[in-house]
Amino acid sequence: MEYIIIIISAIFVNNIVFAQFLGICPFLGVSNKLSTSVGMGGAVIFVMTLATIVTYLIYQFVLIPLGLGFLQTISYILVIAALVQMVEIILKKVSPSMYQALGIFLPLITTNCAVLGVAILVIQKNLNLLESVVFTVATSVGFTLALVIFAGIREHMELMGVPKGMRGIPIALVVAGLLSLAFMGFAGLV
Amino acid sequence: MNQMQNFTKGFISNNPVFALLLGMCPTLGVTTSAINGLGMGLATTFVLVAANVVISMLKNIIPDKVRIPSFIVVIASFVTIVDLVMAGYAPALHEQLGLFIPLIVVNCIVLGRAEAFASRNNVFSSFIDGLGMGFGFAFALTLLGGIREILGSGAIFGFKFIQGDAILVFVLAPGAFIALGYLIALINKMRKA
Repeated sequence: MEYIIIIISAIFVNNIVFAQFLGICPFLGVSNKLSTSVGMGGAVIFVMTLATIVTYLIYQFVLIPLGLGFLQTISYILVIAALVQMVEIILKKVSPSMYQALGIFLPLITTNCAVLGVAILVIQKNLNLLESVVFTVATSVGFTLALVIFAGIREHMELMGVPKGMRGIPIALVVAGLLSLAFMGFAGLV
Repeated sequence: MNQMQNFTKGFISNNPVFALLLGMCPTLGVTTSAINGLGMGLATTFVLVAANVVISMLKNIIPDKVRIPSFIVVIASFVTIVDLVMAGYAPALHEQLGLFIPLIVVNCIVLGRAEAFASRNNVFSSFIDGLGMGFGFAFALTLLGGIREILGSGAIFGFKFIQGDAILVFVLAPGAFIALGYLIALINKMRKA
């Protein structure tokens, strides 16, 4: 039961984009087309889950026993950067078709603050390993959901007559605001 | 380009938020009040200046192939310093900014200036560049925080001038997106006119 609460809360109530403002750069950057947004979402789910597991283990079994908790930020960002590189190399060798689909998004993910943010959040929230994995998967699914909805709206918006000054980023931000307002309706769920 | 232009370019023509659209996450996430925006802006300014100076000093020592990871280590060290100092001396602000302090590491502005400016210029120019860009970022965050605070809670820098309720939605998440969207539209309009 508590896992269901974690999942619903991470996808809808505390959506990472609309409520926590993490991962805004890819959210605004790769949301022009529905197909690329699905690819980006897939890559984020994959990398974020892997990164959280690895950083969690490093924190619990290396940093804490050695009393090096203050090195959290430095070690996490290096681990994530190295991990993304490794995933890219392995994927290229093992599954070229998947590499084709996700490859171009992988380098972008290193600078996605959502990955580092979630890795730090699971430590702050004192979750255990299984809860962390569930939380991370749900959060990244929430990110993908936000990205896909937003890309769908932006595809339609290309055909609309947007006032000159509002074209591009300003109207995208206002649309994101309205979506965020809609997501606030989930607030009573959990 | 003289040093004065180097300093002022971060405010308007190359403002990190309004023109380059970098660092969106902290811009939207922490600007519930002017003071929070200012605090976040100054923390980022410190990291920008310190990282720019150190990287421009080390630019001849760092091998080209590992420059990005080296830059990240330098930046992450300064972010950790800011994080710990703030937790010690300004615990209330640290509590408010929360997760966004460690996330300065992945703020594209910092790495962007390190790569585009500090790794090619001397120490003094890099220092001025970091200061200008940092103040530009702090200015943008304070402006947005101020607008949201005035509309959302009828106050500015914590000083309340409207009694009772204001338009609460502006201090909540949707207000951040909407306020920034209209602000950028206004600045685009002014720039073209």
